[in-house]
Amino acid sequence: MNYILSVSDLSKSFGAVTVADEQNFGVTQGEALGIIGPNGAGKTSLFNLITGTLAPTSGTITYCGESITKQSAALRCKKGIARSFQVPQPFSGMTVFENALVAATQAANLRGQAAYDFCIKVLEQTELLAKANIVAGQLTLLDRKRLELTRALCTKPKLLLLDEIAGGLTESECVSLVDTIKAIHAEGVTIIWIEHVVHALLAVVDRLIVIDFGRIVANGNPQQTMNSDQVREIYLGIDADV
Amino acid sequence: MKNDNTVRFTPKNYVVTAVLLAIVTAALAAAPYWLGRADLRLAGEIMLYISLATLWNLLAGYAGLVSVGQQAYVGLGGYMLFAFTIFIGVPPILAIPIAGVIGALLAIPVAFLVFRLRGAYFAIGTWVIAEVFRLSFAQISALGGGSGTSIPASIVKSMAETRAARESLSYWLAFGLAAFIILFVYLYLRSSKGLALTAIRDNELAASSLGIDIWKTKFFTYVVSAALTSMVGALIFLQKLRISPDAAFSVNDWTAFVIFIVVIGGIGTIEGPIIGAIIFFALRETLADLGTGYLITLGVVAIIIMLKAPNGIWGILRDRFDISFFPLLYRVENQKQDR
Ligand SMILES: Nc1ncnc2c1ncn2[C@@H]1O[C@H](COP(=O)(O)OP(=O)(O)OP(=O)(O)O)[C@@H](O)[C@H]1O
Ligand SMILES: [Mg+2]
Repeated sequence: MNYILSVSDLSKSFGAVTVADEQNFGVTQGEALGIIGPNGAGKTSLFNLITGTLAPTSGTITYCGESITKQSAALRCKKGIARSFQVPQPFSGMTVFENALVAATQAANLRGQAAYDFCIKVLEQTELLAKANIVAGQLTLLDRKRLELTRALCTKPKLLLLDEIAGGLTESECVSLVDTIKAIHAEGVTIIWIEHVVHALLAVVDRLIVIDFGRIVANGNPQQTMNSDQVREIYLGIDADV
Repeated sequence: MKNDNTVRFTPKNYVVTAVLLAIVTAALAAAPYWLGRADLRLAGEIMLYISLATLWNLLAGYAGLVSVGQQAYVGLGGYMLFAFTIFIGVPPILAIPIAGVIGALLAIPVAFLVFRLRGAYFAIGTWVIAEVFRLSFAQISALGGGSGTSIPASIVKSMAETRAARESLSYWLAFGLAAFIILFVYLYLRSSKGLALTAIRDNELAASSLGIDIWKTKFFTYVVSAALTSMVGALIFLQKLRISPDAAFSVNDWTAFVIFIVVIGGIGTIEGPIIGAIIFFALRETLADLGTGYLITLGVVAIIIMLKAPNGIWGILRDRFDISFFPLLYRVENQKQDR
């Protein structure tokens, strides 16, 4: 298989809490993979492990044929792994444009006019251009989430990790977000998307992974996985619209 | 798709500010021709403090490295000037950059040591290192040990024949170094490395996840600022002509006052340390007769500013008049909408 990313026997625990339990899976080049699971299941922790802000207890992470398990977060980003944070982490004293520019210059290595033009193009795509000169600390939560997506895109990622970016959107905003993500996917970017807004997720992903207590309990076709017994059990009485 | 947006650094009204800046710079460069002797001395001293404050601000205000041990490099620079001029016969003006190089070389192992510490421990660590420097230099009997030494008159005379010429030269060195340091910090912050540094200041987690090597960026900033601080130190003691471990590694003179200057002027801005230094000297000149009352006043002023205006005096001026002498902000302007 031509995996862009694969994890094998990946485990991580904080004392008694296991957030990743012997996980094994691969993501093929150009795929869109969805991840769901109850609160505290370990979804964000998995992103932290993949991006390098968290070190695994055991196991390996392979990206583009090379083990990145021991590499720094900065290096992984430079190699094309970008993520949005579930809890936005803006550079609050810098403007929206400057936030984008950090990603374009430090990760995508663009300079001068090329960097400016690229950032403006991405800001247009994520509908933040009108707020380009606003200091990020003054943005609403919704715009901070847009900024997370903007910065991730400005790194020119090969693998894009999105962590709950659809929460709190109105129906029409959600539709336009789905269109944006589809467009990014169509450009050849591999996507892993953690999302509680399941209908938005299912509109994009080719495959679904379900995580519970750090374990991968289901992995396969989105519709079949949603209808599987494991998912019904986990979500019983929680997500009525599933 | 046609792009209607342009990105610019300088605000639209920058011409006025730039002209003002040019006039002030020219006037200061010509100060030896229009200032009296005592005032010229004072102006030179202000320049040296502007330099120290600008460098400390780069460390604490941008790189988040709150050092209380920069006196280590001031003292080291001073001692290197004395050592190279007295023992090796290097001309004083050449000894200043040499002091800078040695400061950088020593800062490398020091950085490896103190960068293991975080927050308050980092601050204390830098102070301990400065004390180690002080105690070490007190052991060197060739440099006068604990009581210190002076520069021989022949070396002083070699710089310029007359006293007036020496005083002008001394001022120009201080002015030139301050101008160089401000320009360097400004261009550094405008560069892509500077953008990385500002990002680190705001959010280290996001910065590292966007490809920034935090350790390397801070390391570079620390070493460069140590080098420049050593050069300032060399110049300070070239003017004093006398050095001793207590004067060279004084935490009061080279760090406490400097922190005061940066805090009242406005931390994390280029203009702040400049304004802060002017205010500090204005206070010192008017209150010096008060004795300890002077230090108490400084403390009270600092506390009031920290409580009432956390962005310092420059923060107030900037917000009130929307000005910037050293613009760092990128502005996106839409041709269609803005005109
Ligand atoms: N640094 C940490 N130290 C200790 N425990 C942690 C740490 N980070 C996460 N945890 C715990 O690990 C568990 C999994 O957290 P994680 O954020 O990965 O969940 P999640 O699946 O993303 O949940 P949500 O849907 O609420 O975002 C939680 O119980 C959390 O409290
Ligand atoms: Mg989460």
